[in-house]
Amino acid sequence: MDTLSPAHPHSLSGFARPVAESQSTFHAAMMALARPGQRQTLAASLTPPAPLSEGVAALALALCDFETTIWLDPAFTVSDEIASYLRFHTGARIVTSPAQANFALVGETAALPAFDAFALGTLDYPDRSTTLILQLPSLDGGPPFALSGPGVAGEVSLAAHPLPPDFEARMQANRAVFPRGVDLLIVAGLSLIGLPRSTSIRKAGG
Amino acid sequence: MTTLHPGYNFAYLDEQTKRMIRRAILKAVAIPGYQVPFASREMPMPYGWGTGGVQVTAAILGEGDVLKVIDQGSDDTTNAVSIRKFFEKTAGVETTTETARATVIQTRHRIPETALQEGQTIVYQVPIPEPLRFLEPRETETRTMHGLEEYGLMHVKLYEDIATHGHIATTYAYPVKVNGRYLMDPSPTPKFDNPKMDMSPALQLFGAGREKRIYAIPPYTKVVSLDFEDHPFEVNKFDKPCALCAAEGVYLDEVILDDAGGRMFVCSDTDYCETRRAEGHRGEMLGEAPAFVSREPAE
Ligand SMILES: [Zn+2]
Repeated sequence: MDTLSPAHPHSLSGFARPVAESQSTFHAAMMALARPGQRQTLAASLTPPAPLSEGVAALALALCDFETTIWLDPAFTVSDEIASYLRFHTGARIVTSPAQANFALVGETAALPAFDAFALGTLDYPDRSTTLILQLPSLDGGPPFALSGPGVAGEVSLAAHPLPPDFEARMQANRAVFPRGVDLLIVAGLSLIGLPRSTSIRKAGG
Repeated sequence: MTTLHPGYNFAYLDEQTKRMIRRAILKAVAIPGYQVPFASREMPMPYGWGTGGVQVTAAILGEGDVLKVIDQGSDDTTNAVSIRKFFEKTAGVETTTETARATVIQTRHRIPETALQEGQTIVYQVPIPEPLRFLEPRETETRTMHGLEEYGLMHVKLYEDIATHGHIATTYAYPVKVNGRYLMDPSPTPKFDNPKMDMSPALQLFGAGREKRIYAIPPYTKVVSLDFEDHPFEVNKFDKPCALCAAEGVYLDEVILDDAGGRMFVCSDTDYCETRRAEGHRGEMLGEAPAFVSREPAE
């Protein structure tokens, strides 16, 4: 194993085919929010610095640029490497206040900050809100939730984990302030599930 | 697949512009019916040609997409042909007139008669996105009305129609409520097509270039046309089936046949009509009608 020098952010690659991979990554994000709970696949190939996953990095590179701000949770700020990588590949400004972030990248989802720490938008401009991109080990095996609302024909199940223990209450509070609120993109590996603010959620099977 | 013109970025727009439009689309999808402001760009075509829809299509289109473009219900009008050629040239994507084969459908007015499917996206070219504009010209005011869900004025307007005409006279851009929250203008689409927007399996995106707005209806979302208990919403009914393909329950256009007042009513959706004729359906005027019925939008 190469232990000589920590990887320089510039040597860690972004998209090999930026135009096509940005489009396909965006398309997966759009369909994830259009079809809450339905799994989408990210078809990007890039090498971000650990512990940032390929899937979360792909979303950041596809959606962020010098016009956007990114907040990183403590799991992603253990070193400056991830911030440097994102700055280099997107030109985005890294902010320390989650309320100023267009996108928030969260590596330790069990310790997800309260949603009202982020931008929720205003009644006049509900789009001025933070999109949360959560990196999880798995989209299966967690306590199941039933999702309904726009984009869902009937009901669909969500079992990603780990999520905060009060996840259901948070999402319900998020739904209650609609049209304000945050939108979630939940990523494990190259799989993606969207949870827009329009989705209603309840614990399944109980 | 046509050869991609070397002088363009894929689908004409630069990557920075696409990202900006894509971020607006994500918000639009997450807040069904809400008009997201975006920094509309100049396109190499006049505003009346649906530059908002063109920008949305350019931002979502991928190499594997199959694009259909319609104006009224036709794939063959100048506007539809120009936009289709534009994307053939700048994105090299495959194009089609067949609704079922298209992954992306850009439209100026109509929703195809063939039911849309999961995985399809329909992009509407919108001239005036604000349903409250004719009641309240000030953007700050309409924004507040949407924010507070103050839609009483619109109901008053529709009720005045009933008082004057005995029914709601609005036949195009008939206002809808999306998922019980936002009042939305469904572009210059005839109200005949409003029910197709309700719980559609397809994703619906709306782009207004001049007014710089993007909005969306996700698949399987409730879309209700405004009405009153004593005057429920009704779509236009046509007395006769299509004169060429005998289709019933579809939207028909009037076609003048001669100077002596001869006329017939035919499907506005030309691809639907041609497909039915190819399948052997015969309307009463088939054979007598001009072989090529050419129609341009009546604007
Ligand atoms: Zn017909």
